[in-house]
Amino acid sequence: MLQKIKSPYWPLHLMLLPGVLLVLVFSYGPLFGIVIAFQRFLPAKGFFDSQWIGLDNFRYVLDLPDSSRILWNTVIIAFFKIVVGFIVPVVVSLLLNEVRKEMFKRSIQTMIYLPHFLSWIILGGILIDILSPSSGIVNQFLVWFGIEPIYFLGDNAWFRPVLVLSDVWKEFGFNTIVYLAALTSINPSLYEAAIVDGAGRWKQTLHITLPGMMPIIVLTLTLSLGNVLNAGFDQVFNLYSPQVYETGDIIDTFVYRIGLVDAQYGVATAVGLFKSVVSLVFISASYYLAYRLANYRIF
Amino acid sequence: MVEHLGFGRRLFLGVNYAALAALALLCLLPLIHVLAISFSSSQAATAGLVKLWPVEFTVSSYEFVLAKPAFTQSIGVSLQRVLLGVLVNMLLTVLIAYPLAKEAKKFPYRTAYVWFFVITMLFHGGLIPLYMTVKYTGIMNTLWALVLPNAVPVFNVVLLLNFFRGLPKELEEAAFMDGAGHWTTLWRVMVPLSAPALATITLFATVGHWNAWFDGLIFMNSPDNYPLQSYLQTVVINRDLSLVSSSDLKALAEVSDRTAKAAQIFLGALPILLVYPFLQRFFMKGIVLGSVKE
Repeated sequence: MLQKIKSPYWPLHLMLLPGVLLVLVFSYGPLFGIVIAFQRFLPAKGFFDSQWIGLDNFRYVLDLPDSSRILWNTVIIAFFKIVVGFIVPVVVSLLLNEVRKEMFKRSIQTMIYLPHFLSWIILGGILIDILSPSSGIVNQFLVWFGIEPIYFLGDNAWFRPVLVLSDVWKEFGFNTIVYLAALTSINPSLYEAAIVDGAGRWKQTLHITLPGMMPIIVLTLTLSLGNVLNAGFDQVFNLYSPQVYETGDIIDTFVYRIGLVDAQYGVATAVGLFKSVVSLVFISASYYLAYRLANYRIF
Repeated sequence: MVEHLGFGRRLFLGVNYAALAALALLCLLPLIHVLAISFSSSQAATAGLVKLWPVEFTVSSYEFVLAKPAFTQSIGVSLQRVLLGVLVNMLLTVLIAYPLAKEAKKFPYRTAYVWFFVITMLFHGGLIPLYMTVKYTGIMNTLWALVLPNAVPVFNVVLLLNFFRGLPKELEEAAFMDGAGHWTTLWRVMVPLSAPALATITLFATVGHWNAWFDGLIFMNSPDNYPLQSYLQTVVINRDLSLVSSSDLKALAEVSDRTAKAAQIFLGALPILLVYPFLQRFFMKGIVLGSVKE
């Protein structure tokens, strides 16, 4: 007993205690709430007295005419965000790497990181204004060039490209950070050897810089696999409208509407559970791949 | 090093500089455009005359916005939220990162704790169960509903614990030799040495709390308790006229919906724009140090 009290670990346990308690309540607590996916949940009756209905909520959602469309929207939007959102930062960091003037490089970095720190409320407000078909500055320019104004946020043909481009616009700068870090860790003697061998800038990029970035490229790509069902609730919710549900409604916005707007708690939880389980599979796979391919561990 | 630049190389550099400058401007111009609109007269704004510089300069939209009690109230809620939320976040991040940065040999329970926290990153209950949890804990409609569910930022914990691990082991050992316990080592040795990492994480926590809007929307029953971004969501994004009083409507006729929105957007971004330059130099260092491992 005395031995136990004298254990050198108790200050460490004590440090972890508040965090553990909060995570228990607010992260593990909701995990128990998942039972309502299998209930006809009525808030007045609570978890214990609501009627159990097995998989009915899941069947109900599957029978909805919209469900395959919502899944497709989610995957396609997330996919393009991952691909374009990967290419742009890699290219930009390669371009930044060629800049020899430190001041110029720093100023550019400061500016391109900024949108990352602004909320989708702020950026959504800005986008709604500049993309407005009547008064937005983008359409003013289009008209100037003799092009008909486009209702970017109300047109199903345009909504997804706008989502992908504006997401890349927000994040590309910030995402260059990891690539720039990888670039600085490439051994300079490799470049010197290449110059001696007569390799020009382009050859150096091809044979030294890109291979040097490969581990981090493999890592970011495999880790982004875990996001195939995350098409970006904050962004979509603040830019979409019923006109573009057809191409823009994603799982998260759908869960919000059926859950908190229509108060179909059980159905919304079932959809959320489906998303969580599929995401878990993808995230686990991506972490495993990242570990195998790039020897990556979070801790 | 003297580098002889051929024509092709110089052409590339010219194009490269121009392209990067264009990209950087692309990130700033939309913000500047909205700023210009906010300082323009309503006629000029609605007529589409404003580009990057205010036309018929006026501050009336700011006067209108700052005279709205709902707007200023929401700023108050946001400030309280940031203060309390960041304090709680930072305290917990430090307290969790220190034990988890220990090697398994020195703290055998580490692995179990790590899994306990990592699982929360991998698997969520989802929106409705979280909503129910907050409801049952009775913190609905209070500041705590915005602070406690996000109290443990696991990602920041990971950054900090990796930073702790990068510090020389000898320092910790020396502290123990001198008779310091875990608490003293944490506060007297690890924390002071981690200024760049802590600055980065403070920035992330501050930005996170300032920018959060969804939890305010769903956990606050009354718009009076909305933090700024939730309030902006309802008036700038949703165009919810039910929150606009009739006297507001009269004033709106003078300042125009567009300039008022622009002013609110800019005021909502202002705190970020103010702290960003100071903390920016830290986070590049902080992120890199936190993500690179031996």
